[in-house]
Amino acid sequence: MAQVTGLTAVATDAADGPPPSSSGRRESLPIWRWVILLLTAAFFLIPLISALRFSGIKAFGSVVSQSGFTSALGLSARLALITTVITLALMLPSTVYVHLRLPKLRRLLEGITILPIVIPPVVLIVGVLQIAPGFLKSTPYLLALEYVILAMPFAYRAIDAGLRALDLKTIVEASNSLGAGWTTTLLRVILPNLRTALLSATVLTVALVLGEFTMASLDLYETFPDWIYVNSQTSGQISVAASLLALIVTWLFLMAITVIGSRQSRKTGGGSVTLFTVARQETRGN
Amino acid sequence: MTTNTARNAAADGAAGQSDRHGGTSVVLQDLSRYFGATRALDGLSIELAPGELVALLGPSGCGKTTALRIVAGFETATAGSVLIDGKDISSVPASRRDMGMVFQSYSLFPNMSALDNVGFGLRMRKMGTSERRAKAAGLLDMVGLGPQAKQYPHQLSGGQQQRVALARALAIEPRVLLLDEPLSALDAKVRLQLREQIRTLQQQLGTTTLFVTHDQEEALSMADRVGVMRQGKLEQIAAPDELYADPATAFVAEFVGVMNRIPGELQAGGTVTALGSTAPVKAGSPDLSDPAVDVLIRPEGLRLEVVEHGNGIVTTRTFLGSVTRVGVLLDGDVAVQVDKASTEAAALAPGTSVSVTFPPEAVHVAPRRADAS
Repeated sequence: MAQVTGLTAVATDAADGPPPSSSGRRESLPIWRWVILLLTAAFFLIPLISALRFSGIKAFGSVVSQSGFTSALGLSARLALITTVITLALMLPSTVYVHLRLPKLRRLLEGITILPIVIPPVVLIVGVLQIAPGFLKSTPYLLALEYVILAMPFAYRAIDAGLRALDLKTIVEASNSLGAGWTTTLLRVILPNLRTALLSATVLTVALVLGEFTMASLDLYETFPDWIYVNSQTSGQISVAASLLALIVTWLFLMAITVIGSRQSRKTGGGSVTLFTVARQETRGN
Repeated sequence: MTTNTARNAAADGAAGQSDRHGGTSVVLQDLSRYFGATRALDGLSIELAPGELVALLGPSGCGKTTALRIVAGFETATAGSVLIDGKDISSVPASRRDMGMVFQSYSLFPNMSALDNVGFGLRMRKMGTSERRAKAAGLLDMVGLGPQAKQYPHQLSGGQQQRVALARALAIEPRVLLLDEPLSALDAKVRLQLREQIRTLQQQLGTTTLFVTHDQEEALSMADRVGVMRQGKLEQIAAPDELYADPATAFVAEFVGVMNRIPGELQAGGTVTALGSTAPVKAGSPDLSDPAVDVLIRPEGLRLEVVEHGNGIVTTRTFLGSVTRVGVLLDGDVAVQVDKASTEAAALAPGTSVSVTFPPEAVHVAPRRADAS
């Protein structure tokens, strides 16, 4: 029985049938594909190449020795870690619970989780500063709680896509009937099957935290993006080099997680890791 | 582990199971379940003897799956109780009921190999790794999937997945085996093979089994007794032959097997007249205020003779082996099917004029359908 969810369908056993009949069309359209690819590449690469030319290779070497670099990057990394842990700890059980017990609330939850995208960060931060207790206001880790809100739409969608790809109710009941309680079922059955989705949620959350500027700036803490901005006032070249460095590191991080996740999930039929879609392979016939 | 060793392990497991449980009795006592205003179950009571396979059969929405899920612990009864060996387990969570379940949809854990799936329940019971693997391998051998032990669910066909699911359910030596339409997603050939395999294993292991299906052929061929359900109630529970030959109600008569509907008239004294014959009406037929009814008779219950200017004309002839099913269009555009010995059916070519009657034995009647006359 076919169990394909999401936008990306994983190719089934090639022996099951002839290759897709679009091969003829594939031959007639490569020029358009190349044009689109080149235009897109130019759109992304020209600013990067320009930035690289502006900063020069030498500036990369001096980025690390700049004052505040280590502490800013360290703070961003710690915030990314804390935010990811809190986001997953909150979103995973609640999304699983809604899928299992309150499926009618899924639309409501989707609506709620999209609010942080709709509401400007400035509004959020003003609200948070109004109600946050004093001991939190004095620590940069208040930012982690704010980032949890910002990451919610992305984490929810990644986990939701993973859960939709599973016959969650059936495998949970199967696990229960075999003697597993809720904790065991969550840890041994649900989590391993959501590895791909959790990786996607992690990737998105980390990327968001490493790039967030507004909230940190309004909270008067110097995270990595804020450090880049401040340095751009004094040394444009180093600031641009740091931006490029951050971009490359984040991109490598995303690629590593995507490749590792895809390799592991392919083994168990979990499909490939994409940021919002998780596709399962089809069962082989009857 | 070699195949023989694995088989022995499985056989030992089976023997251990029989010794340990000696079969388990199951009693569903006056179970009711309401979903808002909808009554999914309405006072259902069934007793399963130790080692018995009982099938619950009925149309969609009749409450059979709800009953099974209450026994499994996935649903809570609004009223009534489930007794296992005389003990009420209504408050026991599903994870502690010791019930093996095979689901309609494929329920294997995608992140585990076939072997690990089968061993999962044993792991929950803290069985050591080597013992667990040996037992799981033995069970996979028992369902004919020893060579597929290391494969993941997505590498198995639907039939293979259901066989792994069966092995997984049996691995924990369940007190009761629950089968929730496990064959409905499979194609006809695989369904037939797996049907026989489930029945053979169930008989070998002596596991009390509750089997839910909407497929009457499955129910009649596999079960010791079949319970026919309708609108949350049990219409009749009986051995398959009894259910077919002596249905308790008009609904059962029509739901199980092929049934002809022949327009008739109720007479005083609890009789009905149709096709020129008069027969007593069976108990279990609904109370009817309108004397215009349909008489329910099976194809083998009708008599057919070749006569000129009879009350029907042969339209079709289907060879079924020892019998041939003859389609006859009666006067008044009533189509019926009549079973004749194939040796006698050669003369019944389409277009032949025939006389169709029925013996004066008790029959079921039902309200007349608008399209029946």
